[in-house]
Amino acid sequence: MVIYGVALLAGCMLAGAFTGELIGELIGIDANVGGVGISMLLLILIASRMQATGRLRPISQTGITFWSGIYIPVVVAMAASQNVVAAVRGGSAAVLAGVLAVVVSCALVPVLSRIGGEPPPPLPDVDVEQGV
Amino acid sequence: MTTVIDLMTQVMSRYGLITAFAIVGITVWVSYQMSGRLTRGHLHGSAIAIMLGLFAAYVGGVVTGGGRGVADLEVLAGIGLMGGGMLRDFAIIATAFGVRTKELARAGASGVISLFAGVFVSFTIGAVVAYAFGYTDPVSMTTIGGGAATYIVGPVTGAAIGASSDVIALSIAAGLIKSMLVMAGTPFVAPLIGLNNPRSAMIYGGLMGTTSGVAGGLAATDERLVPYGAMTATFYTGLGALLGPSVIFVVIRAIMG
Repeated sequence: MVIYGVALLAGCMLAGAFTGELIGELIGIDANVGGVGISMLLLILIASRMQATGRLRPISQTGITFWSGIYIPVVVAMAASQNVVAAVRGGSAAVLAGVLAVVVSCALVPVLSRIGGEPPPPLPDVDVEQGV
Repeated sequence: MTTVIDLMTQVMSRYGLITAFAIVGITVWVSYQMSGRLTRGHLHGSAIAIMLGLFAAYVGGVVTGGGRGVADLEVLAGIGLMGGGMLRDFAIIATAFGVRTKELARAGASGVISLFAGVFVSFTIGAVVAYAFGYTDPVSMTTIGGGAATYIVGPVTGAAIGASSDVIALSIAAGLIKSMLVMAGTPFVAPLIGLNNPRSAMIYGGLMGTTSGVAGGLAATDERLVPYGAMTATFYTGLGALLGPSVIFVVIRAIMG
C-alpha cells in the first residue's frame, strides 16, 4: 500500500523533529537542532533494512518516491514565498555580508574536499530529463 | 464578467494548495521549455524555475507589502503552504530514500569539519563587514555575523545577547541575501568548486548552512546531490545558534576589548 511508504516517511520526520527539539532543549537553545538530518538518517537506515528483508514492497516505496519527486516543485514554491523585498532593501551592509559569506564559503569547498584523500569521482552522467 | 472572475478567485482561494500545485506545475513546465529552447539545457529547468519563483516573490512583496512573497496574495496563499517548512522538510527527507550509507560514512568527517568551518567563517565575515559599516560594538557585530550564517541564527543570536531591532533586521536581511544567492548561484559555481559528488555536496551544505538555499541550489545543480547537502545544512542553524551567543560572542567581545 502506498500509504505505508508515506507513513514511514512521516514517522521518520516526527521522530527526527522530536529528537531535534530535544537536543535544542538539552543544550538550551530555542531551535530544532538537526531534526531534518536525523529524520533522513532514520529513513535511510530503516528503509534499507526493510528493503533488504523484502518488507518494503515497490508499491509502498512509491509513497516515498512521490515526495522525493515533488521536491523541486516544493522548492520553487518556497522560493516564491521568500521575503525577497526585505533582502533587497537590507542595504549594502546586508548585501555585502551575505555575498562575502557565500563567496568565501564557496572557496573553501575545494580546500575541505581534499581532507581525507582524493575527492571521489563525480556522479555518472544521466539524461537531462529528470523526474520532476 | 466580474462574477466569473470573482468565482474564479473564490475557487482558487478556497482550494489554495491545489491552486499552488497547478501554478507551480505550469511554472516548472515553462522553465523546462525555456531551459531547452533558450539555453539548450545548459541552465537547468529547475534553476530557471527557482529564479522565476524568487522574481515572483519580489513582485508579490512589492505589490502587497507583506513578507511572504506571492503567498501574501490571497489567491496564491497555497504557495506559502506548499513551500512552507512542513512540506519542504517532508520532501527533503524523502530525497534521502536510496542514499547509500557507505557514501555518507565516508563523507561524515569532512561534513562535520565543514560545519564548524562554515559557522566560524560566516560569523567572522559578518562581524568584519558590520565593523566596516560602523557597527563596532560586540553585540551588533556578533548579531550581524549570525545573519551572515543564516537568517535564523542572526535573530536568535541577537535576541540572546540583546541586540537592537534594527541590527536584528539587518542580520535577517544578510541571511536572506545569502540564502537567495545560494539558491540561484549554486549551478554556476558548481563546476568551479568540484561540486559533483556526495562528499563535496556534504561539505557544501556544511559550509553554506542555509537549508533553503542549499536545498534549492543543489536541486538546480544535480538533484542527486540534494540529500547529502541538506543532511549537513540542517545541523548548521542549530550549531550557529548554539555557538553564536556563547563562544563567538565571547571571542568577539574579547577582541574588541
